[in-house]
Amino acid sequence: MSVADYLLPYDFSPLTILAYILVLGLYSYALLAMPAADRPGSGRIFTFTLGVLLCYAVMQTRFDYYSQYMFFVHRGQHLILHHLGPILIALSNPLPVMQFLYRQMPKPVLPYLAPLGWAYRVLQQPAIASLLFFGLIYFWLWPSIHFDAMLSRDLYWVMNWSMLLDGLLFWWLIFDPRSPATTNALGYGKRILCLAVVAIPQMILGAYIVFARGMVYDVYEVCGRAWPMPPDMDQLIGGMLTWIPPAMMSILGILIILRRAMRADTGPAPRSAPHSKPGPGPETQQEATQ
Amino acid sequence: MISTISTSGIRLFAALMLALLAGCSGDQQNWNAKSISGLMPELSYELTDTSGKTVTAEDTDGNIRLMFFGFTSCPDICPTTLQKLARVVKNLPEPTRQDVKIIFVSVDPERDTPERIKSYVEFFSDSIIGLTGSEKNLRELSKRYRTTFGYEAPNEDGNYDVSHSSAVYVFDRDGEARLLVRPGQSTEALIADLKALASQG
Repeated sequence: MSVADYLLPYDFSPLTILAYILVLGLYSYALLAMPAADRPGSGRIFTFTLGVLLCYAVMQTRFDYYSQYMFFVHRGQHLILHHLGPILIALSNPLPVMQFLYRQMPKPVLPYLAPLGWAYRVLQQPAIASLLFFGLIYFWLWPSIHFDAMLSRDLYWVMNWSMLLDGLLFWWLIFDPRSPATTNALGYGKRILCLAVVAIPQMILGAYIVFARGMVYDVYEVCGRAWPMPPDMDQLIGGMLTWIPPAMMSILGILIILRRAMRADTGPAPRSAPHSKPGPGPETQQEATQ
Repeated sequence: MISTISTSGIRLFAALMLALLAGCSGDQQNWNAKSISGLMPELSYELTDTSGKTVTAEDTDGNIRLMFFGFTSCPDICPTTLQKLARVVKNLPEPTRQDVKIIFVSVDPERDTPERIKSYVEFFSDSIIGLTGSEKNLRELSKRYRTTFGYEAPNEDGNYDVSHSSAVYVFDRDGEARLLVRPGQSTEALIADLKALASQG
C-alpha cells in the first residue's frame, strides 16, 4: 500500500470533509482579519489545529478502516473524538476567534441562531452535560446498538459525529476560559465534580469489558478483523482503552481546573496589595489635614 | 463553527430519530437471525465463477441468496458453515429449495483458483456458487457489507491464516439485505427463517 492509501479516507464522507474545511477556513480567516490584540498566540493556534487534525485523521484516513474492524482501534478512535481532540480544542481557547466570527455575521442571520443558543444552554447544564457525556458512551457501547452501528454506514457516521460534538460541548464547559467570578461560566467546584462524575461510569464500563469472560462485542468476530488477532486480546485492549486513559484525562482535567482556581484565589492579591499596605495614602491625607 | 454544529446537529438529530423509529417499528417478523433490513445496501458484485466466467448479482435475481466469505484452506469456520448451509437447503421444502442459492466468496484469490474453489464447494453440495475475483473487487464487496479480511504473514511452508467474516448474509429475491446469521445459529432456526422469508414472496 502506498502512502496515499494511508492518508486518503477509507470511507469518503463529503459532509465531514466540508465541515473540517469550514472550521479550519473560518479559523484562518478570523486569525487574519481579527485585531492583533485578540489574536491567539502561536502555541494556541498550534493546539487548536492539532486537535482538529487529530479528529480529522481518525475519521478520514486509513485509521478509520482499522477502527471499523478492530475493537481496540475503535476505542482509540473514540478516545480522540470524545476526549483528546476536544480537550486540545477547548484548551486552545478559541473564544476570541468565535466572538470575532459572531460579530462578522450579518445582523439578519442572528435571530435564526437563537434556538441554537437555547439548545446550547440546556445541553450545558452541568447535570445534563455530564449525563450526556457518559450516557453517549454507554449508548453506543450497548452491545445490540453497537452491533447495528458497526453494520450500518449511516449509523456509524451518526455515532462518530455525536461523539465528537458531545466531546466539544463537554470539554468546552470544563475548560471555559472565562472566570466564574465575573461571568456566568460554570464554577470551578462544579467543573471538578463533573469530571469526577463522568470518570466513574467510564471506569466501571471499561473494567466490565476487561473482565468479561465471553465476547461482549461479537460484531468484530462476525464481520472479520483487519488482521488475524485473538478476539479476547482485542477486547482486553479495547476495555483498557475505555477504562484507563479517560480516567487519567479526568484527573488531568481536575488538576488543570485546580490550578486555575488557585490562581484565581491568589491572583487578585498582588493587585489589592498597594491598598492594604500602610502606604502613602493615609499619610498624605493626614498631611493635608494638618 | 456555529453553522457546522447546527447542520450536523440537525442531521444527527434526524438520523437518531430515524434510528429510534426503525428500532421501534421495523420488521414484524420475529427472526432467529439478526434482521439487517435497512442497515445495508442491496446485493451487488462483479466476480468470477468456478468456470472463470464473470458474473454479477443480477444473474441470481429472483432467488434468496445466502452469501458467505471464506477461503478454501480455512481450517474450521468455512467447512462448518458450508456444511450447515448445505444441510439447511437440503431440508427445505421443495419449491423453496430451488429458490435458495448459497454463494461462497473466496477472499484468498492468491491461492484459490476457480478450479480449486470448484472442487471445494462441490464437496459440500452441487448447488453452491463459488466465486472469487481481484483483490480490489473483493475489497469493494466486503466494504459494501461492512466486513473485511486480512492475511497473516506466511510461515516457512507458505501457509497463512486469513481473517474474514464468520457471518452469513441473507438477501431476499429482490436483492435486499435481510438477515445476518451468526455462526452460533442452529440449523433449525435458519430453516425456520428461510421458510418465513420465502413465504413473504
